[in-house]
Amino acid sequence: MTKEEIIRPENLVYQKPTLMNDNPMHYCPGCSHGVVHKLIAEVIEEMGLEEKAIGVSPVGCAVFIYNYLDIDWEEAAHGRAPAVATAMKRLWPDRLVFTYQGDGDLACIGTAETIHALNRGENITIIFINNAIYGMTGGQMAPTTLVGMKTSTCPYGRDVHLHGYPLKMTEIAATLEGTAYVTRQSVHSVPAIRKAKKAIRKAFENSMNGKGSNLVEIVSTCNSGWKMSPEAANKWMEEHMFPFYPLGDLKDKQ
Amino acid sequence: MAEEIVLMKGNEAIAHAAIRCGADGYFGYPITPQSEVLETLAELKPWETTGMVVLQAESELAAINMVYGGAGTGKMVMTSSSSPGVSLKQEGISYIAGAELPCLIVNVMRGGPGLGTIQPSQADYFQTVKGGGHGDYRLIALAPNSVQEMADFVELGFELAFKYRNPAIILADGVIGQMMEKVVLPPQKPRRTEEEIIRQCPWAANGRNKGRKPNIITSLELKPDVMEARNIHLQEKYRTIEENEVRYEEIHCEDADYLIVAFGSCSRIAQKAMETAREEGIKVGLLRPITLWPFPKKIIAEYAGKVKGMLSVELNAGQMVEDIRLAVNGKVRVEHFGRLGGIVPDPDEVVHAIKEKLIK
Repeated sequence: MTKEEIIRPENLVYQKPTLMNDNPMHYCPGCSHGVVHKLIAEVIEEMGLEEKAIGVSPVGCAVFIYNYLDIDWEEAAHGRAPAVATAMKRLWPDRLVFTYQGDGDLACIGTAETIHALNRGENITIIFINNAIYGMTGGQMAPTTLVGMKTSTCPYGRDVHLHGYPLKMTEIAATLEGTAYVTRQSVHSVPAIRKAKKAIRKAFENSMNGKGSNLVEIVSTCNSGWKMSPEAANKWMEEHMFPFYPLGDLKDKQ
Repeated sequence: MAEEIVLMKGNEAIAHAAIRCGADGYFGYPITPQSEVLETLAELKPWETTGMVVLQAESELAAINMVYGGAGTGKMVMTSSSSPGVSLKQEGISYIAGAELPCLIVNVMRGGPGLGTIQPSQADYFQTVKGGGHGDYRLIALAPNSVQEMADFVELGFELAFKYRNPAIILADGVIGQMMEKVVLPPQKPRRTEEEIIRQCPWAANGRNKGRKPNIITSLELKPDVMEARNIHLQEKYRTIEENEVRYEEIHCEDADYLIVAFGSCSRIAQKAMETAREEGIKVGLLRPITLWPFPKKIIAEYAGKVKGMLSVELNAGQMVEDIRLAVNGKVRVEHFGRLGGIVPDPDEVVHAIKEKLIK
């Protein structure tokens, strides 16, 4: 059988979403961002919202997400994405408006914007990548860094007396009246990726149906920042991150 | 239809004018002495009539970033605040200028530094015209001196902002915001339709209409040569604005021996001082910059060769006076008279300052 005979539509079992372009990604090998980007692209395509989607990118590793997904984007200042998205959605109610933010962006410098946008019940979705570290600036302590975890600004491990406790923003979001759907997912295995995609789809559907605000946390690896191989990082995440950040839906308002 | 003349505060005029000029959104946070802008909008409920969005944000920081978001989609959006709140907005203003988005900002100035006072001041002149945020950028700065101009400059500010894809700012002060005068409100204009916005703003991120290429609103560029080119483009745009958009008012300047330069509420006081001085036989003229940036430096330079001295009257410790001195380049004596901390001078104090600082 020749290669040409194999490459036929009826044999197709997988394809790259058309919204994902061929620009080489700047992410480190093993990073979770690429998988989540792909899921977002797939969901937008499956919902037929290519011409209605507006993404708001953060400051952090995903700052260049707009180079990889061919939809309209606005690059927000650090932490301000939910405020940017608030105005976009209110001014263009039939558009799909979502933000894509890391833990430093969402749970530290943008805590106020995040909580208030969610609490107002803005019909947006926040995709929250929690890898417990500042990736882009080179591995500093994040608001979600685990106790005892070493980073370049807590080189002896996060000490609660010095640095306080890691923040569970998703648990906070679940208590807010304005949120419709709050969930914590991961993309470290094929079943997890499938669940995460379903969660993103539900959040986007809620946003389009005016049900309120949605937060999808993805507990992620930063193998470069954690100074591990991708495989070891996945294992470390399962052993250390999941017990503190348990996966599953925290709130699903019907 | 007969002209609609009403009596209202400057802050209220801003709110009415915003609705009437077809603005799409207002995002603000309460702060004295400008809270009437948001209060008036809330009372008028434009979302039920024109469809304008009005939202009380969680902070001035959030409000300016809402403006950044709305402006990025091509909508006519604005915010208003007063000095400490405008300091908080500087981050967003720099991003808006960097991404070349049109929007309107209103600063009804109060005295500083810090929490300062709720009384009127003009001490945010430097922050406004020299760039309060980071990076090389400029705001188109309009300085109203009446309630009528508060109303008129909303539409003018939006017009200039969209013409140049640049943030415009109305720099008023507590006097102009709080005082009541009669004002002719502009007629109600319809808001632009989505199709009109898409046609007018082909750069806007509001969904890939008809499958066009993605629009990306950003101020980020890591390649130094591209970033330099972007900065040069901005500077070229600013030069064009300086050539085309200088606005000022001259009162009795033609035969003047002495020139007062004053903007906003100070220009009203200065006009009275000018009249008093003329009654005493001192030929005083008044030049009122309406655009603080671009600054009317050419006309001021022309008067430098005609008058014996200039007095900059400001509610601050001497800010615009530096731009006047740059404009005259040493040709004539330029002095400053100002009151601080929320005190508004009496016209007689200004007359006295002319005699003491310029004539004596």
